[in-house]
Amino acid sequence: MTALALKDLCKAFGGLQVTRNVNLSVEPGERRLIIGPNGAGKTTLFNQITGDLKPSSGSIHVFGRDITRIASRQRAHIGIARTYQIITLFARDTLLRNVMLALLGLSPLRWNPFVDLERQEHLRERAKAALARVGLADIAERRLSETSYGERRRVEIAMALAQEPKLLLLDEPFAGLSADERRDVRGLLAGIPREVTIIMIEHDMDVALDLADRITLLHFGEVIVEGTRAEVVEDPRTREVYLGA
Amino acid sequence: MTLWLTLGVNSLALGGLLFLLSAGFSLIFGLMRIPNLMHGSFFMLGAYLGATFLAKGMNFWLAAFASAAAMVVIGGAIERLLLRRLAGQELAQVLLTLGLSFIVADLCLMIWTGDPIQPPTPPQLQGVLQAFGMFFPLYRVAVVGIAVAVAIALWVMIDRTRLGAMIRAGVDDAPIARVMGIRVSQLFTLIFCLGAGLAAFAGVMGAPYLSVYPGLDADMLPLALIVVILGGTGSLLGALVGSFIIGFLYNFGQAMFPDLAYVILFLPMLLVLVLRPQGLFGRVVP
Amino acid sequence: MTAALQRAAIVLALFVLATVPVWVANPYYVNIASQILFWAIFALALNVLIGYAGLVSLGHAGLFGMAGYTAGLLLAAGYGHWLAIPAALVATVATAAIFAVLSLRATGIGFLMITLALGQILWGIAYRWASLTNGDNGVNVGSRPAPFGFSLAGASSFYYATLVVFLLCLVSMLLFVRSPFGAALRGTRDQPRRMNTLGYNVWLCRFLAFLFSGVWTATAGLLFLYYNQFVSPQIVALQTSAEALLMVISGGTATLLGPIAGAAIVVVMKNVVSAYVERWNLVLGVIFVAIISFMPEGLVPGCVRLARTGYRAARGGRARPALSAPTEAGR
Repeated sequence: MTALALKDLCKAFGGLQVTRNVNLSVEPGERRLIIGPNGAGKTTLFNQITGDLKPSSGSIHVFGRDITRIASRQRAHIGIARTYQIITLFARDTLLRNVMLALLGLSPLRWNPFVDLERQEHLRERAKAALARVGLADIAERRLSETSYGERRRVEIAMALAQEPKLLLLDEPFAGLSADERRDVRGLLAGIPREVTIIMIEHDMDVALDLADRITLLHFGEVIVEGTRAEVVEDPRTREVYLGA
Repeated sequence: MTLWLTLGVNSLALGGLLFLLSAGFSLIFGLMRIPNLMHGSFFMLGAYLGATFLAKGMNFWLAAFASAAAMVVIGGAIERLLLRRLAGQELAQVLLTLGLSFIVADLCLMIWTGDPIQPPTPPQLQGVLQAFGMFFPLYRVAVVGIAVAVAIALWVMIDRTRLGAMIRAGVDDAPIARVMGIRVSQLFTLIFCLGAGLAAFAGVMGAPYLSVYPGLDADMLPLALIVVILGGTGSLLGALVGSFIIGFLYNFGQAMFPDLAYVILFLPMLLVLVLRPQGLFGRVVP
Repeated sequence: MTAALQRAAIVLALFVLATVPVWVANPYYVNIASQILFWAIFALALNVLIGYAGLVSLGHAGLFGMAGYTAGLLLAAGYGHWLAIPAALVATVATAAIFAVLSLRATGIGFLMITLALGQILWGIAYRWASLTNGDNGVNVGSRPAPFGFSLAGASSFYYATLVVFLLCLVSMLLFVRSPFGAALRGTRDQPRRMNTLGYNVWLCRFLAFLFSGVWTATAGLLFLYYNQFVSPQIVALQTSAEALLMVISGGTATLLGPIAGAAIVVVMKNVVSAYVERWNLVLGVIFVAIISFMPEGLVPGCVRLARTGYRAARGGRARPALSAPTEAGR
């Protein structure tokens, strides 16, 4: 059973075809990198997997289950977590509160209007552990607005991991980070256990390439090349896509 | 039979008035993305000013234009001095217009007191028009004619002139229009003034027919709101069609179900909101 | 503010509130205190949507009036308070549910316009459907309820009843603000898309918040009805929604103290101003425009901010943190 299977996935906005017959298969525990020039439709593909966009045709299966019609808010509950290109976290809240909100999203407690959230010790402990995993435990009580961009990126990853996803989608996790910050995040990602299948979109080849088991090259919404790092790098079509036909 | 005919003519006339009121509202909403909650105030203040000019002996048409001109000035001042300070904060701008509507309502009450004023129809338009073997009140017909003339003029401006092209660009995508060099904030002022002036003109047109009284603003604003939601924001055709639909609904509703007439007006609006939020002619609401 | 100091402040405030009829001799002022309390309930209810859900409603007077009219009409028809009160609450919450389903199809300005229109529909019914609602003449209510035999006819006794309800509301709000649901709602205000991705049902959160707001708006409407023993279309008008909105934004939306302070400010001003000037609408409008233009975060936070900078300047740069509302929780 594959972790993710996209079959003949198509998406069109009016006359513009942004996803063309994409067939993709990711094995459990795999680290897949999706690359392609700007406008290739990488984020649009992610949006269809998370349910933010509805595909025009085709199907999406996650661990054997057809999720094409399932609402996006349900997908977190079946084990899909995602980070965004632009960081959209809760600026006025503390790091701890940000992670607690991520944990709460999957908990029936989120409908409870009576108990005090701050007193939910089990939630706090899990949130602290999640922050510790990304090396931010000592600033857990700091407001998000008072942290650096790199720290926020790590909080986002902490939030995604806190939900114990089976499938983790990372949309340009290294964007906007300094060299040191990239090294930190790279180490973080490398340390994620193989229970979690990771699919990553990235532009920065240097850091991403060696994290990946397999690479898929997307161009104008179509899969052009797919294979191991060596295969993709040597394929003449890769050069074509990046240097122009 | 004559009852239905009279209702029909009255509906057309009301529809015409509503178009004059709603066209401005629709343009302001389309371009500036705000429902101008003082649009009813412009209508009422315009009507009061017009009535005062008429009482001083001014010619009807002169009074209408003078009132519209005054409202253009007032609208311009409000846009530049108050609304512009809140550029980008649409919600705050809407609440600002709400606050201003209260101020205008009370000022009108202070200046003109609570008694309704009903100026006479202009002498040239008193009397009836005979057509198809029936009699139509001349003034009501004239109002419809004027509304159609204004609609054509607006359409020509929006569709055929460079200014209109800029307005359409602003309605489509204001930030991109700005990047392309279009002075969007100047367009904002222009459209706000135009809307205010049209509303005032409509107020004077309507005065012999609806009279002018405290609360007129609160009566007219929801109608403009309904017309624009029904017809689609930023669409002149939508404002035209919506105005006549509401004109008919209002008059026939009043005649047949007086208790529920007000509610009946809102039903098509609710239906549209539920089934087709962009209105009959608009594009998707932002 | 330390926890001990906060607790002391709360005890003091409770003591002051509980003894108002004692140190305020004149029943006129006791009545004003009652008004402040039930308008504060209305403002708190509205702030659930505005401050915590991030949805500005201009139609809440519709819900307020729904409660007043449902109870008023039942009482005028001869039914007892034991029926009128629950009926009003149920009817208003049902109306709130309808409002929510229709208005939550949009957010921001779309939401505002739909709630405005819905409020206007209810006003139209109150004003024009005279055979049902008695139109402009309004509905008179003969008596106030007498819970457990205590008469609420006098100013002091009505004040105490209102105070009890107000404190219940305050506790309810405190629980809500600190609860996981309250945190989820604020999350949907700040980052709805992110909340969706995290697994929350954003629409349902907002819907339930609307119902919660409806319950307390209905309660405020009932208190209003019993206070005046009269209800008229005036109370369902846009102006009432605007006044409630003014209370919320003048006090500030970020805390529980804000709407309460805002209600106090508006009620006192309305009563004081009405004594000198006939034109309350004009003053309301001017204050509205001023606050939105110059102090959008609210009068109370704005003044706190100014006081803080002034205090800091006076002390030569080393200031202690300013007093924060004791009920600001969970951020």
